Amino acid sequence: MIEAPDRAYLAALCLARAGLRVDPEKSYLIESRLAPVARREGFVSPQGLVGALRGRSDDRLAWAAVEAMAMSDTEFFRDRPVFDRLSAEILPELARSRGGAPVRVWSVGCGTGQEVYSLAMILADLPASAGPWDLLGSDLSERNLEKAQAGLYSQFEVQRGLPARALVRHFEKKGEGFALSPQIRQMVRWRRVNLLDDLSSFGRFDLVLCRNVLSGLAPEAHTRVRTSLMQALAPGGRLVIGLRDTLGGSFKALAPGLGLYAAA
Amino acid sequence: MKTCLVVDDSPVIRKVSRRILEDLGFEVAEAANGVAAMAWCDAMMPDVILLDWRMPEMDGLEVLRRVRASRGGSVPQVIFCSGETEIERIREALEAGADEYIMKPFDGAIVAGKLQSLGLLQVRAA
Ligand SMILES: C[S@@+](CC[C@H](N)C(=O)[O-])C[C@H]1O[C@@H](n2cnc3c(N)ncnc32)[C@H](O)[C@@H]1O
Repeated sequence: MIEAPDRAYLAALCLARAGLRVDPEKSYLIESRLAPVARREGFVSPQGLVGALRGRSDDRLAWAAVEAMAMSDTEFFRDRPVFDRLSAEILPELARSRGGAPVRVWSVGCGTGQEVYSLAMILADLPASAGPWDLLGSDLSERNLEKAQAGLYSQFEVQRGLPARALVRHFEKKGEGFALSPQIRQMVRWRRVNLLDDLSSFGRFDLVLCRNVLSGLAPEAHTRVRTSLMQALAPGGRLVIGLRDTLGGSFKALAPGLGLYAAA
Repeated sequence: MKTCLVVDDSPVIRKVSRRILEDLGFEVAEAANGVAAMAWCDAMMPDVILLDWRMPEMDGLEVLRRVRASRGGSVPQVIFCSGETEIERIREALEAGADEYIMKPFDGAIVAGKLQSLGLLQVRAA
């Protein structure tokens, strides 16, 4: 059992470092998210891990704990109608309006990569005249990014949302898992980015996907990230949020049921 | 109510599949082999067939070919459901006319996802 003061400490750490809303009362959730990190780092229990965090300043360990506390569920073509709309309408339109200049796409909080790879698979099917495409995937978690970059998924993961036709077209069996083709993997660049940081150095994007990230943030962090996202959108750009995420008034809803927005 | 025919020689798999499909609102029929499956299809084509590959006598590919060749046989969406996990085998099933492919072991979320992508299930808000 992690004691209440330690849970409060952990919640404060997650809030300060990543803007994460962690309920210190949810001891079971906290234990189960920290248990794998504790094991990996050689602690006998999650309690031991939090104790060590409080006892010494170990930046790497603190980040490992924070990253583990973020929700990380994802799947290929999550909320399929969103991708249908992107592929039939949004992406071709963006390509047209850019007139041959690169269309810049950013998956913010990309998790283990399924979201941005789903886009890459769609783009591989668009006529070569559309594009070029510049895809960036970023996440807080180094572990998520490593997995994303490797493009290696379990049998379970490739059955969540990924059509069998896309599996046979873009993957190869590798051991027990499935490896995404180099062609698709090469379409994406990766970067560790904390959404609380200043994002202006990344420039502006024609399409930003920030799905199922906002709903995990505390109010002040939410406000801050919303402003950053607004500034990251190029004129005429589009923002997609998750179906459970909410967004304030500074954006114009294009298809709220799909989480699709434009800068107002 | 949409109908699904589960074709598998394993009673355990049939039972698990039935439970998943009924929870998703399907009316379920079972067949333990290809002959029984064809009898069902001749009587009434289902909307979906969940089809095992390796079965004694008539294998899944053969069942698929016969279904597709029979009257009304282009109607059902066929989801192969097999322990075969080689890409080449999956491609073979798709080329033979399967609409989707599930690798065993599977769970309710995988079945629901596949049915959704075939337009047989309403997409629930995540
Ligand atoms: C639930 S996953 C969503 C993945 C994918 N976008 C999707 O919708 O399927 C949320 C991701 O957001 C990341 N995340 C949470 N807080 C973050 C922050 N402050 N900066 C960057 N990424 C963050 C987590 O590491 C996690 O991978």
